[in-house]
Amino acid sequence: MKAVALKLQWFELGLIAAAAIVVAVMPFVLSNYNRSQGATVAVFVIAILGLNVVTGYTGQISIGHGAFMAIGGYTTAILTHNHGWNDIATLPMALVIGFGAGVIVGLPALRFHGAYLALLTFALALAVPQIAKNYSNFTGGTEGLALPTHSGLWLYGLAWATAAVIFVLTWLLLRGRTGRAFRAVRDSEIAAASSGIGLALHKTFAFGVSAAFASVAGSIYVLINNFVNPDVFGLTLSLYILIGAVVGGLGSLWGVVVGAAFVQLLPIGLTSSNAVSSEAVPVVFGAIVIFVMAVMPQGSAVILGGLAGLPNRIRRSHSSYQPPRMEAR
Amino acid sequence: MAPLLALRDVHARYGQVRALHGVTLEVDEGQIVALLGANGAGKTTTLRAVSGMVRREGEVTYDGKALTREGPEHVARLGIAHVPEGRGTFSELTVWENLRLGAITRRGSIDGDLKRVLTFFPWLEKRKSQQAGTLSGGEQQMLAIARAMMQRPRMLLIDEPSLGLAPLVVSEIFRILHDLNEHEGTTVLLVEQNARNSLAISNHAYVLETGRVAYSGTSDELAQHEAIRRSYLGY
Amino acid sequence: MPVNLRPWIVPALLAGVVIFLLVGSIESALFAQQTVSGLANGGIYASLGLALVLIYRATQVINFAQGAIATFTTYVAWQFMQWGLGYWGAFVVTLFVAFAGGIAIQLVAIRPVERRGNVLTVVIASIGVLIAVEGAVGWIWGPEIRFMPSAFPVRTYHVGGVAFSLQDLGTIGVSIASVVVLWALFQFTKLGLAMRAAALRPNAARLVGVRVSWMLSLGWGLAAVLGAIAGMMAAASPSVLLQPNMMDGVLIYAFAAAVLGGLESPAGAVIGGLAIGAMLNLLSSYVSWVTPQLLLPAAFVVMLIVLLVKPSGLFGRTRVKRV
Repeated sequence: MKAVALKLQWFELGLIAAAAIVVAVMPFVLSNYNRSQGATVAVFVIAILGLNVVTGYTGQISIGHGAFMAIGGYTTAILTHNHGWNDIATLPMALVIGFGAGVIVGLPALRFHGAYLALLTFALALAVPQIAKNYSNFTGGTEGLALPTHSGLWLYGLAWATAAVIFVLTWLLLRGRTGRAFRAVRDSEIAAASSGIGLALHKTFAFGVSAAFASVAGSIYVLINNFVNPDVFGLTLSLYILIGAVVGGLGSLWGVVVGAAFVQLLPIGLTSSNAVSSEAVPVVFGAIVIFVMAVMPQGSAVILGGLAGLPNRIRRSHSSYQPPRMEAR
Repeated sequence: MAPLLALRDVHARYGQVRALHGVTLEVDEGQIVALLGANGAGKTTTLRAVSGMVRREGEVTYDGKALTREGPEHVARLGIAHVPEGRGTFSELTVWENLRLGAITRRGSIDGDLKRVLTFFPWLEKRKSQQAGTLSGGEQQMLAIARAMMQRPRMLLIDEPSLGLAPLVVSEIFRILHDLNEHEGTTVLLVEQNARNSLAISNHAYVLETGRVAYSGTSDELAQHEAIRRSYLGY
Repeated sequence: MPVNLRPWIVPALLAGVVIFLLVGSIESALFAQQTVSGLANGGIYASLGLALVLIYRATQVINFAQGAIATFTTYVAWQFMQWGLGYWGAFVVTLFVAFAGGIAIQLVAIRPVERRGNVLTVVIASIGVLIAVEGAVGWIWGPEIRFMPSAFPVRTYHVGGVAFSLQDLGTIGVSIASVVVLWALFQFTKLGLAMRAAALRPNAARLVGVRVSWMLSLGWGLAAVLGAIAGMMAAASPSVLLQPNMMDGVLIYAFAAAVLGGLESPAGAVIGGLAIGAMLNLLSSYVSWVTPQLLLPAAFVVMLIVLLVKPSGLFGRTRVKRV
């Protein structure tokens, strides 16, 4: 058994290394436009990692992660635009503020389950851009704020480096005691509570971490586009993050990359392939999402796990995956 | 004469757990057949296999025709009324609405049926606007039977009608089942743990043990033959 | 809190709100006008909120696409009017189209997903429908803002010095009428009874022969009809423009209405919708820093507060979690 595990480990490492090389080489080969698309995939990876922590692991549904991205994005924009900060310095700031926002949202979220939380976060996703529009002296209102530009290569590197760091952080977080506690919370709150796991603490912490990640994703997103306005972080963004998480496979770390690629590249791919007129893209994309849900409800993680016997380590360690519940209790 | 209902080597499972391991039994028209056995023997599952509520393999024939894998909706329309474990009454709806639901698949007036049902359960008239969930256990059981009658069933599947009820109420219910069979000609497949009462009104009895038929014989036989009774029914 | 006071909190709150509105209306003409137009908006939120509750009660699924479907059907109505049909003719035809459309969406997009998935995958499917339907609107009719003729002639009635627009009164009337018709359908018809049974206890309903999955499809059809009514009323009002994302905001207010009422209470959604409509309108008229952009966040805050105080909604039944 040990030998097999070791072999798989080498194989796995090999695959990861190969993927890393591809990702590292690509920006030199791609056009400017495609390169920034690639960087945006990294942004989604970060955001979806965040969502996975809260929805895939502690079972709290959030359709509002775009709002947390907005917080990070605006933090970076305001600090660099109005106060002349260095861009990278704003990232930790965004992380911290995001964490705080996540805790603030996570605390009341403890009270409600499933359906209500989904509704509230959906409303949050729509409400935050409105707030941004309203307090225009801070946020530049509907016109938004412009940011200094950077080389596409640098942005790509920053995006993927951050994604890698967050990925490793998430992996470390989830394999340890905290991860087990998270899974316990998701699978049975009652059992978790009675085994002294400190439900409120873990759920709120999960929300905080999740929001922190989304926030950093938002910062980088804004840097890539060197521009921010309320519509950048609209409802669509939150929806795409959730779709990405589910299509990738909740509870699967590698699935996150698949999910991120799905939501970022597929719509673009559809448009540029000219197979579909650009107005029809959302229709096709929506149809594909429905199709994927009908055919692969567990997300790509099912395929990933099967392909090449890639052990999806985090997922392996528990046999029954239970999706978040939606009762109105 | 061919039986009204026949099961041949029926297997059934809940997910991965097998509950029936090849049940074979027959119910002739106009009979009351008792299906007895301990908890977990598979009695409820057998009824569910007939009405299509559980995945099954094996042959189920009703009125000479095979029941392919139909859902309960279809089976109900064939004239089989299933009063499930827990009665299946709609607690949130009124008594009257529960009765109306019994006849929901039929066109035309249901007044005749209502009258018939009220001759068996006259007290329902007074309580018609009462929420079904506020009735006592025995009343709910009788409401469930009344609702099944509204379906004008040829065959009644009834699951543990005596569960949780006082002895007097239980006798009343068994009396009603007997009357139903005698006056309306309804065939009854009765699942029960209360063997004594069941044997008193039934013609034939099967005893299930861990998903298989362990004993089959007339009810008189089973009731009188002490040794058999004791080994299969424990009394 | 003494046990016997609990059941009175909600009726007392409601009574308080009603008294507040009545007294204010008597005191001030402006207040009365704003209350009425707020109630008109509220009628729209109530209709859409009711649609949400309808589907949720039966399937435990929140239909995030409800607003987009409403938008689509409103565009359909607009199209019929372009083709020469009068307002009410188009209205009625659209209701049929909406009914069929709702059923079709359930059959094509939801049923296949429900079969193998769990509630979350169905939610994602509804989000997929949202994206597809809103995209379809943009694809077929383009993103430009269209003008929807009003249902009612532009006329105002003066009662005791207060001017009420016929549009507002008409909207309130239509909303109430549709709710009453729906209620009658559920209470008095065989089909309504079957649908209620299917939503309450699907397995028991199957045993009496009710085709439960078909009932669910009908539920989606009815929800779409309600959405169409909401959409057509909304587009006709001056504050809402006919554009692809028209119902996004309204959907949130509908959520708030449904949540206020408790997701499983139709009456709650209606009352909640009317209340939110009235209160938000009054808020924006009387509180200076509440700009139109802040109304959505305000609705969010209302939802949040209600849920914090009573996590199952004002009219919801607090379900006991069995351990």
